[in-house]
Amino acid sequence: MEDLLAGAMMLARWDVLAALLVGSIGGVIIGAIPGVGPAVAIAILLPATFAFDPIVGLTLLLGIYGSSMYGGAIPAVLINTPGTAVNALTSYDGYPMTQAGEAHRAVSLAYSASFWGGMFGILCLILLSPVLAVIAPMFGSREIFLAALLGIILVILAHRGQIFAAGMLAMFGIFLQTIGLDAVTYTQRYTFGLSFLSSGVNLIVVVLGLFALSQAFFLLTAPDESPDAKPIKGRMSAGLKELMGHKRVATVASGFGVVLGMIPGTGEFTAQFMSYTYAQKTSKTPERFGKGAPEGLIASEAANNAVPAAAMIPLLALGIPGEALTAMMLSVFYVHNVIPGPQLFQNDIDLVYGLYFALIALNVIVMVFLLFSTNLLTRIIRIPTRFLGVMILILSFVGVYSLRNSLTDCMIAAGFGVLGLVLKRLNLPIVPIILGMVLGGIMEVKLRSALPRLNTPLDMIDRPIAAILFAMILLVVALHIRALLGELRNHNAGGDHDLHDSQMR
Amino acid sequence: MSRAKTLQSLFKRYRRPGDIVFAWVALIGSLLLLSQIAAQTEWRGGAKWPAQPRFWPAVSLTGMAGFAALHLLGSALSERIEGRWSEVRLWLSSLEYAGWFVGYAALVPIAGYLPTTVLFAMLLTFRAGYRSAAALGAAAGSAVVIVLLFKSFLQVKLPGGQIYEVLPDGLRQFMLTYF
Repeated sequence: MEDLLAGAMMLARWDVLAALLVGSIGGVIIGAIPGVGPAVAIAILLPATFAFDPIVGLTLLLGIYGSSMYGGAIPAVLINTPGTAVNALTSYDGYPMTQAGEAHRAVSLAYSASFWGGMFGILCLILLSPVLAVIAPMFGSREIFLAALLGIILVILAHRGQIFAAGMLAMFGIFLQTIGLDAVTYTQRYTFGLSFLSSGVNLIVVVLGLFALSQAFFLLTAPDESPDAKPIKGRMSAGLKELMGHKRVATVASGFGVVLGMIPGTGEFTAQFMSYTYAQKTSKTPERFGKGAPEGLIASEAANNAVPAAAMIPLLALGIPGEALTAMMLSVFYVHNVIPGPQLFQNDIDLVYGLYFALIALNVIVMVFLLFSTNLLTRIIRIPTRFLGVMILILSFVGVYSLRNSLTDCMIAAGFGVLGLVLKRLNLPIVPIILGMVLGGIMEVKLRSALPRLNTPLDMIDRPIAAILFAMILLVVALHIRALLGELRNHNAGGDHDLHDSQMR
Repeated sequence: MSRAKTLQSLFKRYRRPGDIVFAWVALIGSLLLLSQIAAQTEWRGGAKWPAQPRFWPAVSLTGMAGFAALHLLGSALSERIEGRWSEVRLWLSSLEYAGWFVGYAALVPIAGYLPTTVLFAMLLTFRAGYRSAAALGAAAGSAVVIVLLFKSFLQVKLPGGQIYEVLPDGLRQFMLTYF
C-alpha cells in the first residue's frame, strides 16, 4: 500500500504531469498523421528525454506509445488510411461506416473500444504485479538468456512469409552489437582499425536511422499526397453506450491483446487479427464483417490498445523488450542506471506503480481530449507527405546530434536511414534488427555470467524455469515446422500484404 | 520432379521489385564480413568457447549468411517482377537526402542551429517541390518552432555556431545559449 501511494505521489509533480499531458496529446496527434508513427516520434524524442528524471522521460514516451493508436483510428475510419499501421483492421469496418454516413459512430466506437482495451491491459498489469514480483527473482542469468533467445526466435518466426529475411536481419542486429571493444576481454571486434567504431554502434543512432530518417527518405522519394478527411458531425459519446452491448467481444479482444502483448515479437498485429477472427466467428452476423460491423471495429481497437500495458510486463519484470518501442524505452532505463528486471520490483517498485498510474491517467486524458477535438485532428491529417518528410528530417537531426554532437553519428544514422528505406520499400521488417541488437547484447552478457556454474550444457536447463523456457523454445519451433508443412501440403503461400509496416511506423 | 516442385513452392514467397538485388547484396556483404573473422576478432586460449570474443560475431555472421543464402534462394525461385532497376534507382535517389542530412549536420556547428535550420527547411521544402510562399513560410515557421522547443526551451545539447562569435558581447551569449 505504501508503495502504491509512493507511486501515485510520483505523478503529483508538475514536470511529470506536463510530460503526461504532452506525451498523450502529442501521441494522439502523431498517431493521427499517416506517415508518422509512435516509433518515429519516440526515436526522435529519446535523446531529449535522457536529461529528464526517469519517471518524466518514461511518462512522456509511454504517453506517446499508449495514445498513438487512439489517434491512428481517425484516418483509418475517415479516409481508409490507418494512422499507425496497427489500425489497419480498424479501417475494414470503420471506413464502410463512414461511407454509410456513420463516421461519428465509427470514431466514437473506436475510441470507446480503445479505452476499454487500454484500461483492461493496465488492470491485468496491476493484478499480475504481485505474481511478477514473486516470479521475476527466480530468473537468473540462464533463464534470462533463454528468455532472450526465445524472444529472438519468436521475432523471427512472427514474420511469416519472410522468415529468412527476418532471421538475416535479426542476426545482423546481433552482429551490430558485437562491434567495438569487447567489455570483458578488451579486444577489438570488427572495428577495422577505425577509432569511432571502438565504442560500438550506438543503438539510438541505429533506431533513429532505421525508423525516423528512413521514414523521411521514404516520404521524400514518394509522390506527394495530402489526405483529405471531412469533419465529423454527431455526438462523440454515442460509442460508449453501444460498446456496452458488445462487452464480450471487447473483453476477449483485450485479453488477446494482453496475452500477445506479453509475448515478444507478436504484439498488436497478431492480437488484432486473432480477435477480429474471433469476433467474426462468434458473431450472429458474420457477413457484416468488412462492411461496417461494429464488433469488428471493437475487436480491432480493443486488442491493439491492450498491448502497450502488457508489453511493459516482460520489459519491467525481466528487462526483455518484446518490440521496437519497448526496446527504445529500455535505453531510457539504462541511461538513468535503473536496470529493469527482477531487482526493479524489489528496489524501485514505486517507479513501477508510478508507471501504472501514468498509463491509467493517459487513457483518461486521451479519451477526454478526443471527445472534444476530433475535428481539429481531421485538419492536422491534411499535412502533405513530402512536407512531413522535411520536418522528420529536421527533427531527426536533434535526436542524432544531441546524443554526443558527433557528425560521424549523423553519417551512420543516414546510412541506416537508407537501409531502412530499402527495407520499407521491399516490405521487409525493421524490428528484428533492433531486437537483435538489444536481445543479442542481453544474451552475450547473460551467457557469459552463467558459464562459471555450467559444467555440462545440460546444466543450462537444470532449473525449473530454465527447463520450461527451453521446452517453450522447442515447442515454438516444432509448431512452426508443423504449420510450414501444412502450408506446403495445401500450397497456400501468403500473398503480398502490409504486415510488416506495422512494425516500422 | 514433383518433389522438386514442392520444395520450390516451399521457398516461394511474395516479393517486391528489387528483392533479388537486396538478397545478393546481403549475401555478399555477410560473406565478406565472415571472411574477416580471423583478422577482426581474437581467440583467447583457455577460455570456454561461449566466452570467446569471437563467439557472438561468428554465430551472428554465420546465421546471417545462412539466412541470406536462403532468402536469395527464395527470391531466385519466385517469379521475376518487373521494375527491378527502377526500384534500385529509387533507393539510390534517397542518397541525395542522406547527403542533405549530413550537410545540415556539418553546417550547424559553423552557421548556428537557428539560421541553418531555417535555411535548410526552406531549401529542402523547395527541393521537395513546393514553390508557394505559404509552403516556404510554413517551413521557416516550423523550423523556428523546432529550434525554440528543443534548444531554447528543452536546452537539448546542441553546439552554438561559430558565426555567433562575431556578434556583440551580450547578443553573442544569448544566441549561443538559446539558438
